[in-house]
Amino acid sequence: MSEKVALTVEHLHKEFRLPHERQNSLKDKVLHFQKPTYEKLQALKDINFEVKKGEFFGIVGRNGSGKSTLLKILGGIYQPTKGSVKVNGTLTPFIELGIGFNPELSGRENVFLNGAILGLTRREVIKLYDEIVDFAGIEKFMDQKLKNYSSGMQVRLAFSIAIQAHNDILLIDEVLAVGDAAFQKKCFDVFKSVKKEGKTVIFVTHDMSAVEEYCDRAMLIENSEVISIGKSYQVAREYRRLLNQDEQTSTSQKSTRFGTGDAHIISATILNKKGVLIKRLGDDDDKFLFRIQVVFNKAIKKPIFGITLRDAAGQPLMLSNTKSLNKQTNDYEKDQQVTITWELENIFNTGRYSISPAVAAEDAITMFDWREDFLWLIVDKDFSLSGPIYFKHKINIDI
Amino acid sequence: MIDALISFFKPSNRSLIRELVVSDFKLRYKNSILGYFWSLLKPLLLFGVLYFVFTKVVRIGGDVPYYPAYLLLGLVMWTFFVEATTSGMNSVMARGDMIRKVSVPKYVIVLSTTISALVNFSLNMVVVFIFMMLNDVTLRPTILIAPILIIELIIFSLSIGALLAALFVKYRDFSHIWEVALQILFYATPIIYTLNFPPLNIAKLISINPLTQIFQDMRVLLIDPQVLTNRDVFQSQVGHIIPISIVFLLAVIAIWYFKRSSPNFAEEL
Repeated sequence: MSEKVALTVEHLHKEFRLPHERQNSLKDKVLHFQKPTYEKLQALKDINFEVKKGEFFGIVGRNGSGKSTLLKILGGIYQPTKGSVKVNGTLTPFIELGIGFNPELSGRENVFLNGAILGLTRREVIKLYDEIVDFAGIEKFMDQKLKNYSSGMQVRLAFSIAIQAHNDILLIDEVLAVGDAAFQKKCFDVFKSVKKEGKTVIFVTHDMSAVEEYCDRAMLIENSEVISIGKSYQVAREYRRLLNQDEQTSTSQKSTRFGTGDAHIISATILNKKGVLIKRLGDDDDKFLFRIQVVFNKAIKKPIFGITLRDAAGQPLMLSNTKSLNKQTNDYEKDQQVTITWELENIFNTGRYSISPAVAAEDAITMFDWREDFLWLIVDKDFSLSGPIYFKHKINIDI
Repeated sequence: MIDALISFFKPSNRSLIRELVVSDFKLRYKNSILGYFWSLLKPLLLFGVLYFVFTKVVRIGGDVPYYPAYLLLGLVMWTFFVEATTSGMNSVMARGDMIRKVSVPKYVIVLSTTISALVNFSLNMVVVFIFMMLNDVTLRPTILIAPILIIELIIFSLSIGALLAALFVKYRDFSHIWEVALQILFYATPIIYTLNFPPLNIAKLISINPLTQIFQDMRVLLIDPQVLTNRDVFQSQVGHIIPISIVFLLAVIAIWYFKRSSPNFAEEL
């Protein structure tokens, strides 16, 4: 292996044998002479990749894609069925923080126990102790039992110990999903400085923005196989498309709904600029239409129609209604149907977006019908940046 | 075996064993008023009961010289054997959470429980010495050879513990099997009686048991050179060769089987 390579994985296969009925007792083994039947589960198929020294490498994939199994094999916890993993240097798996933490022991005792589990000698822990406590920011509590710690304090302590494990390669599972924003930022700062020291970081995550921001390269695993490996933004884009792949723009009848019921939103659809019903928005759809149909169950004067647009994480992107746009609405009879159409520009990046339509009374206080996340809009573009929205823009450089 | 030795002398593995033993010891008596004294108290209470029964009710021990010291030494060694093998068997399962999440040498986990048992054993041996003094046993220089027998006892217990630990991961029956086996062994080892008590052919059978050899030889070294040993029963060195061979063979099997099955612990747990 060349000096510049930190980790090489060649033709790695992993197969789990899942017995149909687990035989955990001798009696089962003795009484059932026939060979136990197994179901073979291919968790990983022919995985090949290489991580260079000092690289920040991302591994992404959906749940059940095999990425956690890969992580466990890299961490030496599972044995590969076939193939090899060559590690050049020492490796710390951050599969879970605070392994071996015992609530009955004091913070101080847990530091020594967890440190030893992560491969630190007692002398090293003594040397690093102040730094660990300092980073976690819980000096005052070190002699208290761990069970009296808040979960945030436990995580901070666990993380502080883990980053002191002095290995060349850091294997990080999505441990960063825990802790508050400030602490997460602190963690990433640490990873960056670790990287500056020339250490290698392998990072397994769902969070594409983290991949794009921190990783040099990334790998996408789907159905036990590597389907893409390369620049992190390319892989992140592939991942977003993969998530969208089986999905179509659709309305959900189960979505939350509230209001007096004096008016009902009965349908919501997406049409392209030519007025044709479509399932997904692509690169050609620079404009599109969002249309709802409303039926009135009693005579209503000048109602307000509105929508809320959100990204997949539920963050509102736009709120629009007839009142704020000074659009006059009419008076409607009982059982009258009305169609309202929004004409929108497709400034979305690849992803899923929800639209929640609503009908309210003229006073903008009484809600007749609100359908939360009624329609899910699927956008799939070849050209796509990260973040939910793409504004047309230019970059000028003056020397 | 050699890599195991190298790995044992790796400072990080030694630190891990140390931390596991220390935290185990701290946890065992947390929230108990008598704390560490329980590890002394338990064999002493058992001793009290057995001593009363076997000197006053069933008069087996009545005319055995230094019977209190004889009985207590046997009980303390037996307690170590039970503790080391039982906690060794449970150790891998008990640390399953850790094994599934981090790659540590698995033998470290079993070894740490044996060392925990050894700490208790050492404390209990202090009490044994006190009883020997009270019993007017004269200390002889042969006591210096005793550590060799203790090492044999450790190897024997550790081998059984490791073997059971690996088997227990696969078959949960072993906790019950071992419970029964321990009850049989308690009577198949001269703990409360002496070797001249049972008829000769049964005494020979009992002398195959490595525990018999270890216990009797310890008693010869520490308490009374007249204590009947395996060699006396067989009237030749065969009495030593058989049990020592069993210990050796069991150690080899345990190392082989544990090494073979430990890489898959994380998946099977």
